[in-house]
Amino acid sequence: MRLPCPICGERDLREFSYLGDAVRLHRPAPDAGTDAWDAYLHLRDNPAGRTRDLWQHEAGCGAWIVVTRDTVSHAVEGAQLAAEMRDAD
Amino acid sequence: MRINGRGRVDRGRALSFTFDGRRYSGFAGDTLASALVANDVKLLGRSFKYHRPRGLLTAGSEEPNALVTLGAGAASEPNARATMVELRDGLQVRSQNRWPSLDWDLLALNDLAAPFLGAGFYYKTFMWPRAFWEKLYEPAIRRAAGLGALSGKSNPDRYEKAFAFCDLLVIGGGPTGMMAAHRAAEAGLDVILCDEGTVLGGRLLSEDETVDGQPGADWAAAMQRDLAAHPKVRVMTRTTVTGAYDQGTFGALERIVPDAEGAPLECFWRIVAKRSILAAGALERPVAFAGNDRPGILLAGAMRAYLHRWGVVPGRRVAVFGNTDDAHRTARDLAAAGVHVAAVIDSRTDAKVQGDFPVYTGAQVCRGAGGRDGVEAIRIRTPRGEESIAVDALAVSGGWNPSLHLACHMNGRPDWREDIAAFVPRDGMVPGMTAAGACAGAFSTHGCLSAGAAAAALVARDLGRTPSDAALPEAEDAPYRIKALWAVPGRGRAWLDFQNDVTVKDVVQAAQENFRSVEHMKRYTTQGMAPDQGKSSNVAALAVLADATGRGIPETGTTTFRPPFVPVSIAAMGAGAQGMGFAPRRRTTSDAAARARGAPMIEAGLWYRASYFPQAGEATWRQSCDREVGMVRNHVGICDVSTLGKIDLQGPDAADFLDLVYTNRMSTLKPGRVRYGLMLREDGHVMDDGTCARLGEGHFVITTTTAAAGAVMKHLEFVHQCLVPHLDLAMISVTESWAQFAVAGPKSRDLLNGLLETPVDDASFPFMACGPVRLGGVAARLFRISFSGEHAYEIAVPARYGASLFDLLVARAEAMGGGAYGMEALNVLRLEKGHITHAEIHGRTTAFDIGMDRMVSAAKECIGKTMAARPGLVGPEREQLVGLAPQDGRSALLPGAFLFAPDDKAERAAAQGYVTSAGYSPTLGAPLALGFLRDGRARQGEVVKMVDHLRGAEVLCTVTDSVRVDPEGGRLRG
Amino acid sequence: MRFSALRLLTEGLTGNRGWGPHWRDPAPKSEYDIVIIGGGGHGLSTAYYLAKEHGLRNVAVLEKGYLGGGNVGRNTTIVRANYFLPGNSEFYSHSLKLWEGLEDELNYNVMHSQRGLINLFHSDGQRDAFARRGNAMINQGDDAVLLDRAGVRKHLPYLDFDNTRFPIYGGLLHPRGGTARHDAVAWGYARGADRRGVDLIQNCEVTGIDISGGRVTGVQTTRGAIRAKKVGIVVAGRSGQVAAMAGMRLPVESHVLQAFVTEGLKPCIDHVVSFGMGHFYISQSDKGGLVFGGDLDFYASYAARGNLPMKEHVMEAAMTLMPMIGKARVLRSWGGIMDMTPDGSPIIDKTGIDGLYIDCGWCYGGFKAVPGSGFSFAHLIAQDRHHAPAAKFRLDRFRTGVGLMDEEGTGAQHNLH
Ligand SMILES: Cc1cc2nc3c(=O)[nH]c(=O)nc-3n(C[C@H](O)[C@H](O)[C@H](O)COP(=O)(O)OP(=O)(O)OC[C@H]3O[C@@H](n4cnc5c(N)ncnc54)[C@H](O)[C@@H]3O)c2cc1C
Ligand SMILES: [Zn+2]
Repeated sequence: MRLPCPICGERDLREFSYLGDAVRLHRPAPDAGTDAWDAYLHLRDNPAGRTRDLWQHEAGCGAWIVVTRDTVSHAVEGAQLAAEMRDAD
Repeated sequence: MRINGRGRVDRGRALSFTFDGRRYSGFAGDTLASALVANDVKLLGRSFKYHRPRGLLTAGSEEPNALVTLGAGAASEPNARATMVELRDGLQVRSQNRWPSLDWDLLALNDLAAPFLGAGFYYKTFMWPRAFWEKLYEPAIRRAAGLGALSGKSNPDRYEKAFAFCDLLVIGGGPTGMMAAHRAAEAGLDVILCDEGTVLGGRLLSEDETVDGQPGADWAAAMQRDLAAHPKVRVMTRTTVTGAYDQGTFGALERIVPDAEGAPLECFWRIVAKRSILAAGALERPVAFAGNDRPGILLAGAMRAYLHRWGVVPGRRVAVFGNTDDAHRTARDLAAAGVHVAAVIDSRTDAKVQGDFPVYTGAQVCRGAGGRDGVEAIRIRTPRGEESIAVDALAVSGGWNPSLHLACHMNGRPDWREDIAAFVPRDGMVPGMTAAGACAGAFSTHGCLSAGAAAAALVARDLGRTPSDAALPEAEDAPYRIKALWAVPGRGRAWLDFQNDVTVKDVVQAAQENFRSVEHMKRYTTQGMAPDQGKSSNVAALAVLADATGRGIPETGTTTFRPPFVPVSIAAMGAGAQGMGFAPRRRTTSDAAARARGAPMIEAGLWYRASYFPQAGEATWRQSCDREVGMVRNHVGICDVSTLGKIDLQGPDAADFLDLVYTNRMSTLKPGRVRYGLMLREDGHVMDDGTCARLGEGHFVITTTTAAAGAVMKHLEFVHQCLVPHLDLAMISVTESWAQFAVAGPKSRDLLNGLLETPVDDASFPFMACGPVRLGGVAARLFRISFSGEHAYEIAVPARYGASLFDLLVARAEAMGGGAYGMEALNVLRLEKGHITHAEIHGRTTAFDIGMDRMVSAAKECIGKTMAARPGLVGPEREQLVGLAPQDGRSALLPGAFLFAPDDKAERAAAQGYVTSAGYSPTLGAPLALGFLRDGRARQGEVVKMVDHLRGAEVLCTVTDSVRVDPEGGRLRG
Repeated sequence: MRFSALRLLTEGLTGNRGWGPHWRDPAPKSEYDIVIIGGGGHGLSTAYYLAKEHGLRNVAVLEKGYLGGGNVGRNTTIVRANYFLPGNSEFYSHSLKLWEGLEDELNYNVMHSQRGLINLFHSDGQRDAFARRGNAMINQGDDAVLLDRAGVRKHLPYLDFDNTRFPIYGGLLHPRGGTARHDAVAWGYARGADRRGVDLIQNCEVTGIDISGGRVTGVQTTRGAIRAKKVGIVVAGRSGQVAAMAGMRLPVESHVLQAFVTEGLKPCIDHVVSFGMGHFYISQSDKGGLVFGGDLDFYASYAARGNLPMKEHVMEAAMTLMPMIGKARVLRSWGGIMDMTPDGSPIIDKTGIDGLYIDCGWCYGGFKAVPGSGFSFAHLIAQDRHHAPAAKFRLDRFRTGVGLMDEEGTGAQHNLH
């Protein structure tokens, strides 16, 4: 598998580490309540198909990126820097 | 038998080899298989289950029968395909899976018991008596099964791995692949062409036909020269593409030319290609009939390969049995080479066969008769009745299966083509892959050449290049004309999967037992699960199943092919890891000095650290450790602590950031001060602890534990980039940049002041101070922090000065009654002080559990704070950190032991806690331990029972505070 | 029809014509008391125990493909009871006891082979952690032996003791640990359930769950609607999708785990060996193939196949630990879809919907749980209360933090295992 790092270009899977659903970008407020925190940390859509998930180009530039890809075919649509996505939100 | 004037071996170079101890000879260019055929050796192995005598079936990597062991001793290699082994002088070959010998194999008795050993028999028996399974049945089954044997010794050979990149990967160097590679390169693409064989040419090497007016093999050789000289092409022969993976990544196994000086045996390649052309050709399939597994019964195309490539024929009276026009070539070619063709049997009634041999159309071979040494006669069934024909070899063809395995590696399913009675790849099964030529169902040479050119043109256009439209070389374009024939009905066992001994009856029985799904049939009968992955048998087995269940082949479906395409040695895919290569070795700057002092070095993650520094007269590690602890408590000790992670953070918002990742506040820290810090994971458990030093207003250096350095770095980057990207800071790991040493003990300041350009005192450098210092003209950093509980410092210098600073520090310390100390003493020192390590913060403990809940600032947010407040993570039900002391003051305490009330039975339900770390405290003169105990903080002074079943220990302990030495911390500050 | 050596003999003498189907292929009825979604190991064992232990026979198992085609037929077949956290301890202990009588129970040779499992350790710290595990196993009434380096060498002389990156300090031997033949377990339970009247319905994918007034009323399938009083979801890697049909989000992510088998070899590895430091474990099948695996590929996936980096890592671990297997060739690699929970431990619980139950989150360890999970899940469905050994496998433990079971200590949140 190869992923497109927005900074370094397309690189082999072995350079990246994984954190899962990009929901982790949206950390609830401390007082958001149990449901919000449970949803943030535990509950997942776990889609069979298109997903957006968080990876770090750990053995590369260190950037955290959000990759849009398909969990069934492993096709990769693209990737964005996580930091920029947050800014855009 | 060798045929004069045929084949492309080098008859000027004779090579000698042994098979089961007997000496034979062959020629350079022979495979082991062709050399054995030349020597009329037919019996090459025994089958897996029934130990049936077996000979060659094929001439390629798909060979199911001729598996042998090469060489002897540690380097011996089991399960080598005789068809793929390049003959070399002195090669030693042994047959496998037989005892006592290949000719007389005791387990051939299994064959007599065959009626009782059909599909899935083992699921129905060996159940009684129960204890016999592990003791009797299973060992017997294991011994009987298996093929070759490993030597049991460490692999002595070398292997390599490599990466390669290209625009186009062409898989297979037959006419299709060569043409595709050439055209693509001409269009300007970077091309890699892989072929399993020693030379390019594919089927052209095995047929008697002309391309562009020359013999096919000559045309291929010229083409190979052109390709090898082409600047855009990399030709990789002896290289099998083994797997197709995501985003155009392929695995490939290269066998290095045997005996190449100093070269590794194999190289495992990862090839990344923008596009790929699958030109892997087709594999012939046999027909199932009773006794079709006799030695001497080969595939018709393999028989031609042996004749044309190597000039050998496996018999003197040969019959040919087939269902396509293609099969007749074998008869024609053999006859032309002067071999007696006893009969041609074609199952098609309308077959047109010409030649100087008896022809039976609309006929079938229904039995192969003979013995251990091979087929002696065949029984044929014709419209006029049955008859026997004496033969010593039979060429069989049931048609050809496109070699589409790689196309299936990504879970895609192929299409069934009725006209060729075979599966073909469907577009898009592997993104970017185009199948062409025989592996897409085009079986004539002309068809292959034009398919190769067309596929290259497609890829070229796709990648923005202009394809060439040069004329194609002229080549044969004979029609194929097949009428499917899978199994000849009749009594007796007819083999489908030779390697796993699966017969037509087995498949029918599986259907009868309702294993009707093709996957159930496969698993129940083991059809297609042998080393050849059913390359020559799956389609026929499927057809038999379809017939038995009254369905068509397409609706019955196929099983999936999984990587690798051919078996790959673990040594090749694991190249580089044997011995020390598995993980990098990280060494501190004091490593050499520590070793020179005789310190045993132990692994700490990827690092090596000194365990202790033995001195003359010390017989055990404990003696050294006790001395080193005393040294630190009374004088001064030096310890390399460079392995702790160090992260440098800078920026105006660094302080705010640290407030978020640490439970306690760091923004209130003054420049020049250090604070102990605790980090939680978002799930509320402790992730790590360490120190945070503020070197300047916007400049911090934090430390992590050795074990968690990588995880903490990743976590901080996550928090910064993903959660608070608006904070203005940058961070970098500086673990390797600084060598850092603990200087600990009452004399530590004296020692340092002898070295520092400006001495320090309590006022300028109180406990938890930090700042820049200079020594020997070098800028260093000094931290007054202590893990040992003594008045102590850590001094950091750029790593290039580490080795000399260590020597200097240790020499000074020794002059003051101290010296270097290692991990053992470090551990005792911290145990005495109740300091935690990852033995305590093992991932399941919270700040509350370790008594640090007060460090979770109520006034600010931090990672993990919300989840740490979940009801299950606080309260008296939790196990809390305590100290433990043996009541008798002597008995050793054991990490991993459990704690119980003194009168309770040592069972799960009664367990109240466990011991995490333990040691002997020379300071207290007694063993001590840390552990977790339910509601432990409230239970100081109580007695609990420590039980270690594994080591047979039971010790009554008093629950103590976790800090046992200097609880007020006077020594730290003084 | 009972299976036995005698039966094999008589059938062999009469041309093997008498063997009947191991299970029927009934058409789905329009209504059942209980519908189990998923014909994997856990679904089949649940149906079996519903019929056998609770006398509930109006039960259907709905399988979208063929029985046993999921993870139960793709795993590396290790069966053990060497967990150490409360909750897991008692559950796997119970499951192993069921394994020990399984051939008798099912009249099917599942080849449960208690050849012994050895977990290696490579530092004092790891030894301490394994000592805790071993003591917990004995506390639970199971067996464990702490081996030092010499002890390991006696059992596994072929390991590299002299020149390896992570020297071997010792190992924890679990003598009752071992392997079993995975397909046979699925087939044995299928046959047992079928013989007790359970309808096993293949090629029947559940596409919807019908709920009315907070109560489950049935399911929609590719073979039509089926009414049911109770529905159990046991679909392993597909748990997320099926739960979504009932409007639920689960604390589950699906990941791919790969496994490997070599060509057949004469017996050379007699135990199950686990090399945690290198994420590698291995055993030898009765057919002679070395069966081994490693860690997850580490990305969410529903493709039953993996990529090269993990394959190579696994082979590298093999080479550093036991360089004698270098010349063994990998014949096939494959993957399965693992239902990973945040803490790495499973879920057997009721849902917020009456009559709807869920059994999932088995991560990479659910094969050994097949008997225990079926037993406990059947108990929950039949009696509407938890079976004691599985009582801690609560769905809400992540929310409450009560009874988290993070055996690896890497964190009770996703993607840290
Ligand atoms: C490579 C690998 C190695 C492993 N090694 C081990 C090991 O050594 N030891 C161990 O204990 N465990 C191991 N495991 C884990 C173990 O295999 C699984 O945890 C366990 O098999 C899962 O339970 P199951 O058998 O019920 O799942 P499955 O067999 O996957 O059953 C789930 C079934 O549900 C069906 N299904 C899904 N969706 C629907 C729907 N909508 N409608 C109808 N049916 C549906 C599926 O088709 C499938 O048949 C391993 C797993 C893998 C992949
Ligand atoms: Zn990058």
